[in-house]
Amino acid sequence: MQKYSFLSLARNALTYHENWQRAWRSPDPKPGYDVVIVGGGGHGLATAYYLVKEHRVGSVAVLEKGYVGGGNTGRNTEIVRSNYLWDEAAHIYEFSLKLWEGLTQQINFNLMFSQRGLLSLGHTLQDLRDIQRRINANLLNGIDSEFLTPEQIKEMVPAIDVSPRARYPILGASLQRRGGTARHDALAWGLARAADSVGVDVIHNCEVTGIRREGGAVTGVDTSRGFIKAGKVGCVTAGNSGVLASMAGMRLPLESRPLQAWVSQPLKPILDVVVMSNAVHAYISQTDRGELLCGAGVDSYNGYGQRGSPATLEHAIAAIIEMFPRFSRVRMLRQWAGTVDTCPDACPIIGLTPVKGLYFNCGWGTGGYKSTPGSGWVFAYTIAQNRPHRLNEPFSLERFATGHLIDEHGAAGVAH
Amino acid sequence: MSQPHRLAEGGRIDRKRPLTFTFNGRVYPAFRGDTLASGLLANGVHLVARSLKYHRPRGIVGAGVEESNALVQVGEGARSLPNLVATQVELYDGLSARSVNVFPSVGFDLRAVNGWFARLMPPGFYYKTFMWPAGSWRQYEHQIRKAAGFGVVPTGADPDDYDHMNVHCDVLVAGAGPAGLAAALEAGRTGARVILMDERTEPGGALLAGSGRIEGLPAGRWVNRMVEELASLPEVQVLARTTVAGYYEHNFLLALERRTDHLAPGSDPGPRQRLWRIRAKQVVLATGAIERPLVFCNNDRPGVMLASGVSEYIHRYAVLPGSRAVVFTNNDSAYQTAFDLLDAGAQVEAIVDSRPAGQRSAEARERGLQVMNRHAVVDVRGAKRIRGVRLMALSADGGSVSGKGRLACDLLAVSGGWSPTVQLHAQSGARPAYDARKVCFVPGPSVQAERSAGACRGSFDLQACLTEGFRAGAAAAHATGHGDGGLSRPIPSVEGREGDPIQPLWIVPAGKPVSRVPKQFVDPLMDVSAADILTAVREGYDSIEYVKRYTNLGMGPDQGRLGNVNGIAILADQHGTDPGSIGTTTFRPMYTPVTFAALSGGEQKELFDPVRKTAIHEWHVEQGALFENVGQWKRAWYFPWPGESLDEAVDRECLAVRRSVGVLDASTLGKIDIQGPDANVFLNRVYTNPFMKVPIGRCRYGLMLDENGMLMDDGVTARLGEDHYLMHTTTGGAAHVMSWLELWLQTEWPELKLYMTSVTDHWATVSLCGPNSRRVLRKLCSDVDLSRESFPFMAVREGAVAGVPARIFRISFTGELTYEVNVNANFGRHVWEAVFDAGEEYGITPFGTEAMHVLRAEKGYVIVGQDTDGSVTPVDLGMERMLGRKKDFLGKRSLFRSYLVRKDRKQFVGLLTEDPKEVLPEGGQIVDDPSAPLPRPMLGHVTSSYYSAALERSIALGLVKGGHGRTGETVHIQNFDGRTIAARIADPVFYDPKGERQNV
Ligand SMILES: Cc1cc2nc3c(=O)[nH]c(=O)nc-3n(C[C@H](O)[C@H](O)[C@H](O)COP(=O)(O)OP(=O)(O)OC[C@H]3O[C@@H](n4cnc5c(N)ncnc54)[C@H](O)[C@@H]3O)c2cc1C
Repeated sequence: MQKYSFLSLARNALTYHENWQRAWRSPDPKPGYDVVIVGGGGHGLATAYYLVKEHRVGSVAVLEKGYVGGGNTGRNTEIVRSNYLWDEAAHIYEFSLKLWEGLTQQINFNLMFSQRGLLSLGHTLQDLRDIQRRINANLLNGIDSEFLTPEQIKEMVPAIDVSPRARYPILGASLQRRGGTARHDALAWGLARAADSVGVDVIHNCEVTGIRREGGAVTGVDTSRGFIKAGKVGCVTAGNSGVLASMAGMRLPLESRPLQAWVSQPLKPILDVVVMSNAVHAYISQTDRGELLCGAGVDSYNGYGQRGSPATLEHAIAAIIEMFPRFSRVRMLRQWAGTVDTCPDACPIIGLTPVKGLYFNCGWGTGGYKSTPGSGWVFAYTIAQNRPHRLNEPFSLERFATGHLIDEHGAAGVAH
Repeated sequence: MSQPHRLAEGGRIDRKRPLTFTFNGRVYPAFRGDTLASGLLANGVHLVARSLKYHRPRGIVGAGVEESNALVQVGEGARSLPNLVATQVELYDGLSARSVNVFPSVGFDLRAVNGWFARLMPPGFYYKTFMWPAGSWRQYEHQIRKAAGFGVVPTGADPDDYDHMNVHCDVLVAGAGPAGLAAALEAGRTGARVILMDERTEPGGALLAGSGRIEGLPAGRWVNRMVEELASLPEVQVLARTTVAGYYEHNFLLALERRTDHLAPGSDPGPRQRLWRIRAKQVVLATGAIERPLVFCNNDRPGVMLASGVSEYIHRYAVLPGSRAVVFTNNDSAYQTAFDLLDAGAQVEAIVDSRPAGQRSAEARERGLQVMNRHAVVDVRGAKRIRGVRLMALSADGGSVSGKGRLACDLLAVSGGWSPTVQLHAQSGARPAYDARKVCFVPGPSVQAERSAGACRGSFDLQACLTEGFRAGAAAAHATGHGDGGLSRPIPSVEGREGDPIQPLWIVPAGKPVSRVPKQFVDPLMDVSAADILTAVREGYDSIEYVKRYTNLGMGPDQGRLGNVNGIAILADQHGTDPGSIGTTTFRPMYTPVTFAALSGGEQKELFDPVRKTAIHEWHVEQGALFENVGQWKRAWYFPWPGESLDEAVDRECLAVRRSVGVLDASTLGKIDIQGPDANVFLNRVYTNPFMKVPIGRCRYGLMLDENGMLMDDGVTARLGEDHYLMHTTTGGAAHVMSWLELWLQTEWPELKLYMTSVTDHWATVSLCGPNSRRVLRKLCSDVDLSRESFPFMAVREGAVAGVPARIFRISFTGELTYEVNVNANFGRHVWEAVFDAGEEYGITPFGTEAMHVLRAEKGYVIVGQDTDGSVTPVDLGMERMLGRKKDFLGKRSLFRSYLVRKDRKQFVGLLTEDPKEVLPEGGQIVDDPSAPLPRPMLGHVTSSYYSAALERSIALGLVKGGHGRTGETVHIQNFDGRTIAARIADPVFYDPKGERQNV
């Protein structure tokens, strides 16, 4: 792997940048692999990377139907945090956050991981109770978390309106200082390059169309580029997980829904933290390019169309203006959406399936970007060891049978 | 004041209305009808902006929506507008604008030093560096952020208003150029309901920028005639300054009307902008085409303009953007610009045409112009304004250059061909296709009820635009049942001329590898050059989506309108294929940026979310109550006496209820009227406890679960008649419960015969609580026997209270003798006041939600959503007895899953601190060992906590793992403020455990 640094940049500048190597190869699929990962989003790439790096699996391929990072990984609003309410969720997200903290160095790709802090606003007395409960739970789980009064919020975010004028005045907030954002394309590309560097075949334009099984065990996948044999298959296809599951004759407790986001035109710096509000249903940060990057809750219908409905957009923008009256005249540039796979309890499914050698990692819904490295790490473990790691054990498919749901709706309402 | 570059006559400006405007602190004269761009050019100002990354000087490129350099900030303070495009800013007297992202000024910008380091900033350089030392990105980022962004956010809240307009129409026509006018007119003539929208100040489109003639009339006059006829058709609506910006499913479109932006601020009382939400049966897209620039070295210098822009300035604004011009083209259309320049008195040094000699060059030579065929402009001289161009001879295939030449000029008009505006077509879900003959992307097959006409379909000559426009209008109208699809009149014919084909020329060669020549900009706004695209491809970022993301091509405020097609073609060349097989990136809404506030419309400030107030609300206000938001409702929180704190007021209100009588405005409780022969069957399924045999006149408390068996809502349902029930829900849960019930009724049990009606707002509920409540009510109600025997607890009676027909419920959330008097909301305040008069002798006291919370906590009653959170079952709450054993109900199945029958689940308990004065923090986490290492095992949390005046001690409720079996044990509560407090687990019913007080 060609090392990236200021020095290598300077050296390449001398040769007019004509000598850069490909960031990752573009191989044709081999006839078979030990493990095939379906889905070239962040989670799939991270899984492949850790499979080789941590578990020394011999041959691994990632099959992506479009281009790497073209799914939700490249569409999300980049929020990274770990201040989840329930122990099970908090532990896996915190594990992931710790990985984030060293990932840029580890994979030698600047992920622009910016721990600029993340505020979750409370607008009602009940919001405050919930926020304080979550802060306490976070602290006892070893996760940094603070409570801010409206005055402290104002000091941190001068553009916000904390006055009682608002329809739902801001009464307080939780702050996770280690939370923030990281560049989504960088994550996809950085992981693709890292996976490639340890020998993983990252194959794009290769859609999986069938999962072949024999005697209850997986034997390979049919793809748009032919059959590929596989000892084990890990599916990490986010909004398309239901489609993949049906290829293996299974149904998953998932709903696929459009989740949208949008940006304003680029503006001079005005907002240096991430601000989220469950109560008025919107959240916002400012990108390094200067755009205000905003999001909302999921659209109200199921579907695979990767476009957002105007109704949700309008309502969420109203909420943004309610919190930031100064943003009223700012103009929206672009609106897009991804298809998110949501579980009834707003938590993922990571683990084994009734088919031998077939594993699923899905259900991250509206908030799985932040968990990419952690999710890949535990999924690699699960595939390599054929059993879940302690961290993802609670997120098995069985929980829907036992009723051991991990209901993060409260903490995750508009969860990102 | 002079405008040195203003032509003596012509243009569509109003010379009788001179005005002045300010740019970067200098005052300039102009006319009404000018844009900021035309006003600046009239005054010889070309340098208006700096680029994003390298801060290179930038000038005005086009005359309309295609402009992508001239971003400006207009106005100051709260009304300031960032990132407007100078070509779209209509001037009014006194307008003030400035360049954005320059330091200290556009003429001398310190950040231009970035340009010296441009070599160190190839695409994606930031992914490769700023990594050392570990964790230092935040510091780098801070500097990078300072440099990023264009305009600044206004300084205060928006003084203007916005609104929405919802319309249905038969045919929506987007774009009022020749094709759009024709389509609207032809459709309109059939009687169809037609809306024609155009983003410009007036209809006419390209016709206003040219010199052609139609039906013997100058184009402008012909437009006027069309517009007049449109105005005479009653079902046709024409909107100028209105951009169709978004195309969604089912022919739903969003358009932004800019109502007052062209007027001095505050001079129009109406909304500033209006968002049109249009449901169109048929859509005709006539959005025209945008001229493409050519990609050569330093093609971003001020003075390099699109040929069509130059013509438009001459014709529409009577402005001559330069006096010595060179025209550089690969197609025919720019010849007209050369003629326009000539006619307007400019000196045209040469027409540089990449193609061999053809019809147009012959024509130009006849007019005495120098045409340099098979030549190209490879570079320009001059930084803040061009001084000349460097020319070379071009090989036949356009792939190499030779020789050299120079021309001096102050204006270079370029044309690289035309790109149809296929954005809306693509937004509708269709895929544009590449037309190799026309060298552009054209609309592909439609997927919605939509058709394109004119230049946006790749038909660039006027005759074709008119023909397609009239036909599209007729066909669209016919599809909606109007007209027969034929044309009402013959299509006017215009003089057309055969021309020579365009030559694809994506990168103008400069004699050296692309990576080694001065920057050849593809997307000047984002500072993306041809070399950047090549670098991206080299590094494997070789699909168009990667190129876009890696280089930022098309990611800027203009969404790639100007640069994308060139970028796609350059990428295609790298792959040795044609642009069609590369495809476009996904076009997303909005076509041009839309104001946040316009999207939210009227939903702002006090209208952000409806405020619901009870019929008694004003009384509470008069009494100095403080309010709490509960859902959309304003609820009286507490009623402090002067000088009283929250705690003092709540203690007083609670004691009044316990000792004598208090009154709560309970009108906000959700009320659903349920009628029908199957009402009891329905209730029996949605509640956990039996509802088949509630006697008429009796009430029953019920629990409602979700599918997972978790408590979702609770409330009392009364049977008012044989087939008639009234359900109460929580205040916050009312709407959700209503839709939940409708969901089951409509989709799962359609066979059940019943209707549900939300009647929450119909009734005012006056809840009299306390030992003296019967005495008070007796004074107001003579026709109901209030005695314990004939009107027992959990009964409902009808009678007159204070002369008003009322339903009286004997139910209780405080544990005291309680009468909930429901009357028609219109009489709410009357009855409320009558109750106060009657209760005066008992010291009757209004109490708010806070006291109500304390009173119910004393009784151990849960509040759904506060003591529960979607993970709590009735069993967890100690309410097993509420689960019907012999019947099925929603959520029952789930209750028997292995995790739900475990004994160590979190269970609802009371908590008592050792120090009776110490009130536990709500949200405090409960642990066994307060000093165990992190992550520390948690048992649960405190859900409700108060000081109870009646008990003279603090009380709390909470959820604790295995709590039901741990009564009497001590646990520890930890809070983020550092407190750790010991508490004993207790029964959650602290007050009157036998429930005697409500049963008197
Ligand atoms: C608008 C939006 C905002 C969001 N904001 C946040 C946020 O701020 N923070 C956060 O933590 N999370 C956020 N999320 C959620 C987050 O993006 C996802 O949870 C996460 O990126 C999922 O990653 P993934 O790798 O599992 O899925 P994806 O990135 O979607 O990858 C799945 C891949 O599988 C491929 N695929 C599908 N079917 C097949 C097949 N048959 N064969 C081969 N390949 C296939 C797809 O093309 C896709 O590339 C947001 C999501 C959206 C849509």
